[in-house]
Amino acid sequence: MNHVGPHILVYGYGNPGRGDDGLGPALVAALEPLAAAGLTCESDYQLAVEDAATLAEYDVVVFVDAAASGPAPFWFDHVQASRELSFSSHSATPGQVVGLAREMFGAQVKAYALGIRGYRFGELGDSLSEPARANLALALAFARRAVCEQHFDEYTRQFGADSGRGCVCDPQPEA
Amino acid sequence: MSVIKRVVIEPVTRVEGHGKVTILLDESGKVVQARLHVVEFRGFERFIQGRLFWEVPVLVQRLCGICPVSHHLAAAKAMDIIVGGEKLTPTAEKLRRLMHYGQMYQSHALHFFHLASPDLLFGFDADPAIRNVIGVAAKYPELAVQAVMMRKYGQEIIKATAGKKIHGTGAIPGGVNKNLSPAERDVLLKDVDQQMTWAKSAVKIAREYTTAHLKELLPFGSFESNHLSLVRADGAMDLYHGNLRAVDAQGKKIFDQIDYRKYVDFIAEDVRDWSYMKFPFIKKLGPESGWYRVGPLARLNTADFIDTPAAETARKEFRAVTGGKTNNVTMAYHWARMVELLHSIEKIQALLNDKDLQGSDLVVKGERREEGVGVIEAPRGTLFHHYRVDKNDQVVMGNLIVSTTHNNEPMNRAVSKVAQDHLSGVEITEGLLNRIEVAIRAYDPCLSCATHALGQMALDVSVVDVEGKMLAQKSRG
Repeated sequence: MNHVGPHILVYGYGNPGRGDDGLGPALVAALEPLAAAGLTCESDYQLAVEDAATLAEYDVVVFVDAAASGPAPFWFDHVQASRELSFSSHSATPGQVVGLAREMFGAQVKAYALGIRGYRFGELGDSLSEPARANLALALAFARRAVCEQHFDEYTRQFGADSGRGCVCDPQPEA
Repeated sequence: MSVIKRVVIEPVTRVEGHGKVTILLDESGKVVQARLHVVEFRGFERFIQGRLFWEVPVLVQRLCGICPVSHHLAAAKAMDIIVGGEKLTPTAEKLRRLMHYGQMYQSHALHFFHLASPDLLFGFDADPAIRNVIGVAAKYPELAVQAVMMRKYGQEIIKATAGKKIHGTGAIPGGVNKNLSPAERDVLLKDVDQQMTWAKSAVKIAREYTTAHLKELLPFGSFESNHLSLVRADGAMDLYHGNLRAVDAQGKKIFDQIDYRKYVDFIAEDVRDWSYMKFPFIKKLGPESGWYRVGPLARLNTADFIDTPAAETARKEFRAVTGGKTNNVTMAYHWARMVELLHSIEKIQALLNDKDLQGSDLVVKGERREEGVGVIEAPRGTLFHHYRVDKNDQVVMGNLIVSTTHNNEPMNRAVSKVAQDHLSGVEITEGLLNRIEVAIRAYDPCLSCATHALGQMALDVSVVDVEGKMLAQKSRG
């Protein structure tokens, strides 16, 4: 590969069988056809420790997950390496995975999170709720632009989780 | 330069449920019971009814992001019976076994190194800020990297056999939908020797830790119990298929070689007003004394032998600690888990060298039936899937008993024992909280298919008096 520029991983996670929890994989599925040199799309039910090894291969990672709270339609922010311990989970948080990637593999990856506001994390088998679908469309438009323009730090200032407002951009036409 | 803020993504359903423990005291302040509250997963019946039966092995993976392969295979085994295809072709059975051993390998490696090793390496009283996987990575970097690569290897096996990470489709009613190509096999074979070395090293760590700390571990959260698992017809450990065997705390067989399709004749489920999760028990012993443990410890207690050489040697060492008798020590789960880890990689190595995996005879079908039961030994224990299907191929009934539900009573007993031994007065000390965590972790509970609670798995512990008044409360997580 002769790609010049950062290698970017967009990693959506969540369970598509549990309502709006599937927002992360849904975004990645829609973004994947656009994947080009330097952009890799991955999805899984959840993050786990072995993702630390994967992260170490990239310059930038964007975790995409459903957000049960926070601004709608989505927010975009930094992920800080974390040492927090989950009591008994086989899953890991983005911060934990980034922390492990740095600790174990010396990774220098810059990490961000795209949280898409969801509303119904209901019973097994539920599909995305209508409001979540609307948020997904806006988040997808943002993600398409973001992976092209790559002004990630600037986006955190605009759409940070604590900004009290979500993105107000309009969806772009389908590619 | 931008300001770095701490970002928390609200965890949702893939994360396990809330671990809430209530310790009940009597009038004299003595611990009479501790209750681990788990909200049992609900909605499965409604979700599954009306679905076409051949979709079920894929659909049930939505139950759990932690062990989707176990649900996938248990459902496929049930549907094998529906299509009259339970006698799989050699290629199909071996591919499913490879998938299953891959799942077992990655799950056990993750649990031991990610969740349990911080407790073992740093001690139960170590600061939680250090007693975690990143603490392990800082102090034992080689071990931490090894753990990640072991987990990754198991995941690669799953991907190669199930087709993809999410909603894998490898197992179908009556067989599998693909074989393992020579290219896929060669990639996996390349690393298998290294994985074997690491697995042997993991058994050594678990064995040396347990034998060096026997005095502390023997009473820790321990109690006598029955044990249940599948075993092969000759009594060997078999994680994919077999018949049901249950032994008591002394190793005496309660029942043996029971066809698991008749499980309802031997196992029932008790309900208690304070918990949504059921309490399974052996029918003939009743709910008071018929409860049992499942999972690695139970499997090493029920099996007569293991049919792979290194794991059999490890099993003998494990059994020698209790003089060949049943091992009822809660913390022995960790050692037992590593023996199974070694067994799994031995099986993986043998299967990868088996040319049947490149066979093309993938599916069998026979007499159509309306009811199917599939049972598998999942990483955490015995997993039951039971379905009825109508003439239109639609599921009209589905019932699951997941491993964590089998271990419901034992987990409550373990927490009770820890509370009895370590609660002084009504104060919930850090030491008590640590030990409750350690005791529950030994069972490797997977609450995400047993619960549907929002929020990260935190541990809430409350002390309640005889009138239900809360005397103390503490949380972590």
